[in-house]
Amino acid sequence: MAERAFSATRLPGFAMIAVAVFLVLYLPIFTLVIFSFNDANSVAIWGGFSLRWYQIAWANDAVKEAAVRSLIIATSAALIATTVATMAALGTTRRAAFKGQTLIYVIINQPLMVPEIVTAVALLIFFGFIKVTTGYQGLGYLIAAHSAFCVPFAYLPIRARLEGMDLSLETAAADLYATPWQTFRKVTLPILLPGIIAGAMLAFVISLDDVVITEFVKSGGQDTLPTYMLGQIRRAVTPDVNAISTALLVLTVLLLTAFFLLTRRRD
Amino acid sequence: MSKDVAVEVRNAVKAFGQGDSAVRALDDVSVDIRKGEFFTLLGPSGCGKTTLLRLIAGFETPSSGQILLDGKDITRDPPNRRPVNTVFQSYALFPHLTVAQNIGFGLEMQGRPKAEIAAVTANMLALVQLGPMAQRKTSQLSGGQQQRVALARALAPRPKVLLLDEPLSALDLKLRKEMQIELKRLQLETGITFIFVTHDQEEALTMSDRIGVMSAGRIRQIGTPRDIYTRPVNRFVASFIGESNFLSGAVETGGVRLSCGDLVEAAGTEGRSGKVTLAVRPEQVRLTRAGEPGALPATITDWVYFGTDTHCHLALSDGTEVVARLQSPATGDAGLEKGKAVALRFAPGAAQVLGD
Repeated sequence: MAERAFSATRLPGFAMIAVAVFLVLYLPIFTLVIFSFNDANSVAIWGGFSLRWYQIAWANDAVKEAAVRSLIIATSAALIATTVATMAALGTTRRAAFKGQTLIYVIINQPLMVPEIVTAVALLIFFGFIKVTTGYQGLGYLIAAHSAFCVPFAYLPIRARLEGMDLSLETAAADLYATPWQTFRKVTLPILLPGIIAGAMLAFVISLDDVVITEFVKSGGQDTLPTYMLGQIRRAVTPDVNAISTALLVLTVLLLTAFFLLTRRRD
Repeated sequence: MSKDVAVEVRNAVKAFGQGDSAVRALDDVSVDIRKGEFFTLLGPSGCGKTTLLRLIAGFETPSSGQILLDGKDITRDPPNRRPVNTVFQSYALFPHLTVAQNIGFGLEMQGRPKAEIAAVTANMLALVQLGPMAQRKTSQLSGGQQQRVALARALAPRPKVLLLDEPLSALDLKLRKEMQIELKRLQLETGITFIFVTHDQEEALTMSDRIGVMSAGRIRQIGTPRDIYTRPVNRFVASFIGESNFLSGAVETGGVRLSCGDLVEAAGTEGRSGKVTLAVRPEQVRLTRAGEPGALPATITDWVYFGTDTHCHLALSDGTEVVARLQSPATGDAGLEKGKAVALRFAPGAAQVLGD
């Protein structure tokens, strides 16, 4: 009998392990989603289908404020991080390799390596110093912090897109009388756009989800949705947290699906 | 300089890298390319032909030397200010634009009126026979069609010079032959000066008005295809374009005395003396009976059948190898047998003395 190529799918127990992994990953999330429609007051006992926790959460001004704050921060951070990441990606890929390139990659991706709690403590101290000197208390600190740690997430899809883009396209544009700015506007940017949108979405989702840095950096009354939920759960586990989580989950899944479709599409 | 010169390259040097590790991609190259001619830069990969093209396009600046276009120094002008367009090896078509938008891109960047852009684009589409494809994305086209879009895009702004960087190398043989004819037709119809870079000698010989043969960053010979083929000036040119037999000998009155002791007539002996190398094309070697007066005695060592031709390997009396390309007879094997004693002769004017 002919030897067949190695395939992990034929290893003994493959199907079982796969099923187990999916259960571990998704069963808790399914439970969360299902219990967000629970009519009972308990988070653990099923009491029939209802949307009442969604209504309760929606009627709660603290939730609404936190949600709006989260969206403001995530949108601002995504915009800033994507702009910075686009410039960084252009600077690192649209040219011949240069000395110190690896160092620059490391610096750009630093937020992925440094433990989040370290960044959080550092920012707490640093921003505390600025707060004392300037007296400014607003959302700027959170936006700055989120922008910073979102850069590598925005950078990766943009760089991937640029690396798949023939350098001679820009040469051709210059050859056809385009100034450097026209080349960017008419050639580089339109081709890069799917990568930029994907990067922005990823940055948005990462910002929306952040707890650790937000918890350290926020001033009083600056809860985002995740830190609000954390605060709620410390007091008592109420089913309206399930409803908010489910809403966040839906938003994230929608954005990530769009991200997937955008990065997959090749023209 | 004369008014007929489109591009003049003066002592161009292009070095990459610094100090001892610097590589001279171009080593003091000077060439005049005439208006309206089809000029080919021919050479092996790494000979500097693409670098020279990129200097003319403005993608690189020379380390020293000058580039003149219509007598005007453009050495330091950026590519977008040079009335010169390029057809890239990879085509470099804009994937986000349609065929028509690609072709109109240059005119649009020049700020020409919309009506003019539309008219020129339509003309160009007709010229390269892509009218029905105008609204397609370039990724929906075949390789040959993409090639024609690249050509139309570069021709649309009516450049003074069109640069072509191995544009046919990605096409299969049949398409390549068609495009060779197409390119020549476009060049004649538009009257634009073409500078064509290739490593394919057949392409160069069939399409060019003149060829510049390059190796190791220098131009080794400039001439018409016939000059280059029949009168190669040195061993590199003689072996890079077509095949050659190389025979060593010494100049005497009446010709060259070969190392095997026989005297043959040769072109290019004027002003030469002492030891020289003689080049003879295999198709200019004739076989005859052994003992024929004036012919060189030789022995058949091998022969290879190629269809239209048969290549006959021979050894002269001192062992020097000579290949003769003989037309295959309609029937039989032309009486070629290994070890058979024969004689050979060079066609009149076929033996050429090479420079160093």
